[in-house]
Amino acid sequence: MVVSERRLSLPNNPITGILLAIPAYFFGVWLGTLFGNIDDQNTGVILGYLFATVAFLAGVGFLNYPLERLFGWRVTPVTDPAENRGIGRYLRLSLDHKVIGLQYLVTILLMLLFGGIGAMLIRTSLLVPDASITPSGNYIPLIGLHSVMMIFITSAVIVGPFGNYLVPLMIGARRMAFPRLEALSFWVVPPAAVILAAATFWGGFPTGWTGYPPLSEQAGQGMDSYIVGFALIAVALVTSGVNMLATIIGLRAPGMTWTRLPIFVWGIFTTSILGLLAAPVLAAALIMLAMDRSLNTSFFIASNGGSNYLWENLFWFFGHPEVYIFILPAFGIIMEIVPHFARKPLWGYRTAVVGLFGVALLSWFVWQHHLFVSGIAPVLRPFYMLSTELISIPTGIIFLVTLGTLWRARVWFTVPMLFCLGFLFNFLIGGISGVYLSDVPTDVTLHGSYFSMAHFHYTIMGGEIFALMAAAYYWLPKMTGKMLSPTIGRIHFWTMFIAFNSTFFPLFIIGLLNMPRRVSTYDPALVGLNRWVTVSAYVLFGSMVLFAANLIYSWFFVSRPALANPWHARSLEWQVPTPVPARNFDRVPVIVAGPYDYGIPNARPVADLGGIVGVTGGG
Amino acid sequence: MAAFHIEEADRPHMVRLLIIWVILSAIGIVAVLQINYPPYDQSIQGQDQASTLKLLTALATPVFIGVVMLIIYSAIYFRRTTPELVDGPPMLGNTPVQIAWVTISAILVLFLAVVGIATLSSENVAQLVGAPGRSIGGGQTGSGTTGEENKEIHVQVIAQQWYFTYRYPDYGGVETTHLYLPVNHPVELHVTSLDIIHSFWAYQLGVKADANPGVDNIFHVTPQKTGGFQVRCSELCGLWHGHMVDSQGQVVSQSDFDTWIAQQQTDFQTIAKAVPSYAPYYFPLPLVKGS
Repeated sequence: MVVSERRLSLPNNPITGILLAIPAYFFGVWLGTLFGNIDDQNTGVILGYLFATVAFLAGVGFLNYPLERLFGWRVTPVTDPAENRGIGRYLRLSLDHKVIGLQYLVTILLMLLFGGIGAMLIRTSLLVPDASITPSGNYIPLIGLHSVMMIFITSAVIVGPFGNYLVPLMIGARRMAFPRLEALSFWVVPPAAVILAAATFWGGFPTGWTGYPPLSEQAGQGMDSYIVGFALIAVALVTSGVNMLATIIGLRAPGMTWTRLPIFVWGIFTTSILGLLAAPVLAAALIMLAMDRSLNTSFFIASNGGSNYLWENLFWFFGHPEVYIFILPAFGIIMEIVPHFARKPLWGYRTAVVGLFGVALLSWFVWQHHLFVSGIAPVLRPFYMLSTELISIPTGIIFLVTLGTLWRARVWFTVPMLFCLGFLFNFLIGGISGVYLSDVPTDVTLHGSYFSMAHFHYTIMGGEIFALMAAAYYWLPKMTGKMLSPTIGRIHFWTMFIAFNSTFFPLFIIGLLNMPRRVSTYDPALVGLNRWVTVSAYVLFGSMVLFAANLIYSWFFVSRPALANPWHARSLEWQVPTPVPARNFDRVPVIVAGPYDYGIPNARPVADLGGIVGVTGGG
Repeated sequence: MAAFHIEEADRPHMVRLLIIWVILSAIGIVAVLQINYPPYDQSIQGQDQASTLKLLTALATPVFIGVVMLIIYSAIYFRRTTPELVDGPPMLGNTPVQIAWVTISAILVLFLAVVGIATLSSENVAQLVGAPGRSIGGGQTGSGTTGEENKEIHVQVIAQQWYFTYRYPDYGGVETTHLYLPVNHPVELHVTSLDIIHSFWAYQLGVKADANPGVDNIFHVTPQKTGGFQVRCSELCGLWHGHMVDSQGQVVSQSDFDTWIAQQQTDFQTIAKAVPSYAPYYFPLPLVKGS
């Protein structure tokens, strides 16, 4: 077979991507004017965003491989990770899971800054009970941007940086099963964030993150950002889910049996199942919405035979598994970190895995608890009430396992451990308030009020983001080779923990006292509580700035190189040198023991690494 | 089956924890029972919700105290005291404890579900068995309760950007701008929307019902105390969502209600011809998008 010597010779980097994306956007807009509705430019804007994204990905280099194969040209070899050194590799398309993990981390932290500033603007405007600081026309787009940006972040904030970086190291693999899919799951995130932010040029979108039609069909072109941005996140969830599942199933090292798998990997495994199955439903709903807006279909317009209930069902059929996509890897992080600092085996490993799968399975049967007052199928309300309350059983297992691991332990109080305990406290409140919302009679009063808003901030911010912080202090020494300052870390934890509770706990009361979500004007009687919350929220933002300062301080100013195994942990990812070699393991490790065998007499090291000089685990 | 075998080392911890838990839980439960829970007692349904809230809080208190106590206790008593790392006892799990934990949480959950379903069915039994909330194409209105003295007043709530209006089909379909309800009389609310999704929230009455275009969403309420209540929208509905508030809802005595509705009917005569006749829901004109 003759292979042509020709090859694509585009310089592949994000700059090329942006240079291609701009003309592609205007081409899409022009194409839209040919057959779309002239009076609204939705067709053009949607096509523009899609073309721009594809052009950006092509510029980054995603199309080289398929095009070269298609035309029979010489295939540009995948850069050997060993040769791909220097800071530049973080700015290019890379198929190295370690590079992708750090690319994800920095991108997501920048997005978090954007979403956090949005939160501060929201709280600032709520300093006064009328809309004098932020008029409604700005306030409603603001909550839309904050919420959708935060949903983008929380969908990927653990699986993206930590899942991608750590899963191969934890299961003894040298790479992911599908590195190109893995890279794609990262490279669609920056376009999604940019497209979402571009909604501001169109005046934002008025629907919050739920995007309920017909309001979303009435909305201006900002809504198209929501549709395309969210669809790209769906692509990220599916590609990352396929890749993670294939990797965990197929690339485990010899001896890495299912019962020796670190519990964090189980968290990623269950969350990947949910992402893979839920995101297509979202994509389908978004395509229908896009068609309603651009092609005059009427999936969701009642007067033309559609129904807004269709969107509500599809959206929440995705939306409820989605919130467990956030929290399952967080459960994994907590149960992974606690044994290493408690210096005890994970108490009830198999029960913990059953708990994770129980949450994952039940999450498919609860979505209509968001719709108790919508008028959909009232006869099914008792069923959804029961199924929602049942989820507290597997969630309780997670608490039992963690508390059992702490029982009679020798706890080493490090910063990650503090965040784990903070997680338990916050998520307990989040979980209990969830029971209030699952109960139909009380939900009638609480639904759509600040109570439900406080509930999901307790689970997502108090849960997932606290777990993220635990993971950052625990694993960043391995990922970046630099220890984070424990002193700043402790100050960060206590400010964040106190400010978080001081911000969100009063919101339960505000919700009970008749304040609905998403309003810029409220009852003047609640102004005292709201000002308290706003001031606490500023302190909370300050604690996040402290975290950023800790990162910058430890990376660039006072560099404290991390040991290979600063926590004296047993698990496999700590047995490789720091910085992690390009190929992870010199030869494929043979796993001979579980990762949490602390205190077990004559416990073997976790793996035979075949000559790598690592630091052996504790005990 | 091996009963709970309590190890010698566990015993002092368990005794201590149990005593603290019982004391703190008792104090906590007594404290949370003192709270007057919203949405208070202006309607039977609201009172049901308030008592369910009270029950949930009373049940959640010992759970919350138990877990927080365990976290704090571990942080104090199971902290490493030596400068060098030492491993804890290699406990891999304890099946009876796990079974007990799951059983207790299952009992709690099932109890809550039973209570919730009981409250729900007493409150909305007509809705659960007789009249589905959704009636596209069905054209059914009301649950058709028989018996003149128990007959519910039908009130239609019509939401649109950005205010609510109300129609009383029992009084010739008169349309009003504020909601007046007679005290101690069951009311069947038919909530619908003219444009997008709104949510009718009468906080003090304990009613929240989404208003969907083309849907007749049925909720029931029985006010039991006269007084004012607030109506507002609780589903994001665009620019002036926050201003979709009406604080002039009133629960009044039957005679006051009769006077008020007669006045409304007189006022309505002048515009009656311009208002479409009463229907379960209304579609705006033009019917076709974009035309």
